[in-house]
Amino acid sequence: MQETTANQVAANATSSFTEHLQRDRPGLLPFNNPLPAAQSASAQPLQVPHATTIVALTYAGGVLMAGDRRATMGNIIASRHIEKVFPADQYSVLGIAGTAGIAIDITRLFQVELEHYEKIEGTLLSLDGKANRLGAMIRGNLPMALQGLAVIPLFAGFDTQAGVGRLFSYDVTGGRYEEQEHHTVGSGSMFARGALKKLWSPNISEDEAIRVAVESLYDAADDDSATGGPDPVRQLWPVVYTVNRAGARRVPEAVLAEAAQRIIESRASAHRES
Amino acid sequence: MTQQFYVSPEQLMKDRADFARKGIARGRSVVVISGADGIALVAENPSPSLHKIGEIYDKIAFAAVGKYNEFESLRQAGVRYADVRGYSYDREDVTARGLASVYAQSLGAVFTAEQKPFEVELAVVEVASRQDEDHLYRLTFDGSIADEKGFIVMGGQAEQVSAAVEAGWQRELDLAGAVRLAMRGLVTDKDASALPPSAVEVAVLHRQSETALGTRRAFRRLGDAEIAELLAEGN
Repeated sequence: MQETTANQVAANATSSFTEHLQRDRPGLLPFNNPLPAAQSASAQPLQVPHATTIVALTYAGGVLMAGDRRATMGNIIASRHIEKVFPADQYSVLGIAGTAGIAIDITRLFQVELEHYEKIEGTLLSLDGKANRLGAMIRGNLPMALQGLAVIPLFAGFDTQAGVGRLFSYDVTGGRYEEQEHHTVGSGSMFARGALKKLWSPNISEDEAIRVAVESLYDAADDDSATGGPDPVRQLWPVVYTVNRAGARRVPEAVLAEAAQRIIESRASAHRES
Repeated sequence: MTQQFYVSPEQLMKDRADFARKGIARGRSVVVISGADGIALVAENPSPSLHKIGEIYDKIAFAAVGKYNEFESLRQAGVRYADVRGYSYDREDVTARGLASVYAQSLGAVFTAEQKPFEVELAVVEVASRQDEDHLYRLTFDGSIADEKGFIVMGGQAEQVSAAVEAGWQRELDLAGAVRLAMRGLVTDKDASALPPSAVEVAVLHRQSETALGTRRAFRRLGDAEIAELLAEGN
């Protein structure tokens, strides 16, 4: 009898918010509600907003992540203001591509997951631990991904143990891959990656890294209709976060506006097609 | 067959209450003080890892005296309650009042229904942008709840400590002043003239955490060095 009580207590002692929801409030999880099978087979893919390009790169002392501001729904621009890069906790950020609605919910769940662990345990989860938890959530979304509602995140953080910025990419099955130097996800990722290959160099400064990120998104927007470029008319610039030893910080609008204007000017003055 | 003796409900409740009170008085005190810059939580606690004070949510903190396993399970339940609520509604919708009422119900249920009552006393405090809107709730082992003004002293020789804190409390106290006042209160039942920083656990809820700490999470634990610095400021 006593042993069962002890086992129960041990089984209930979880530091994971997701596990707690799975046990007590499964309806609140963003995944876990499989869609009716018939719908996926017959009907067209669901028309829902999709989030697009995210770029991430390392620089001297940290790592940076940037995302454009567009969400598309088929050939329609669903949003010009959407933000797709979020701080996950004090030392990490994540960016999302894919089905916007589910991705934003997974982001919220991931943020609470990290904070919950920190409050219950009194210490921060290790960067690898965070990356694995995110992988498990993406794996949880696999049934939805098979029905066309995939979410692909990009995760970046500062490893306080090793003292370096690190990058992780994922596939729809939750596979976690550590990336070196830089990485991109989303519909414009090919073009952004091409730009990054030419613009990025080891140990660039933070200011330089911001310019490189904005320029690679500019190139992605140039060739991918689902990626939004800098918008001087509406004063919309990409969302950029840097993470270093001091923590995650959102780059102010003024800095991004200046970086974007410089790129637009240099491209305009070159008088060339590309 | 054993004969069940009749015990009147009054006697039963009184025995349980005496039992819980004894357990709580055996521990050491915790002091919570609201001041101009926020709320200071100070506990006499020599362990640097087994906390009596914890963060529940953005603006809400928890402090407890009594049996560690009992208040730790209550703290974890509180964090779960707050996180589920904040996740399913919105972060703004998590309030100390809601949490305190959940605690009051569970303490009350345990007091009447279980083999033994919880030997704990809790404080659930919420910092607001204006001092008048701060909430300091005190919860006792039987599920009673009290809305306190200014400060809360629990556990140990609570009356002596409370008298010392009451004498020095002012609305305008800054965080350093509040911590110093709490430390002065905590030594009243001892021979020593001051407690070393390593003997206490100190945390603060910043009133303006968005500007002071750059985050909406107002709770911050202070290390020994920071406590020593705060205490030195006053001398």
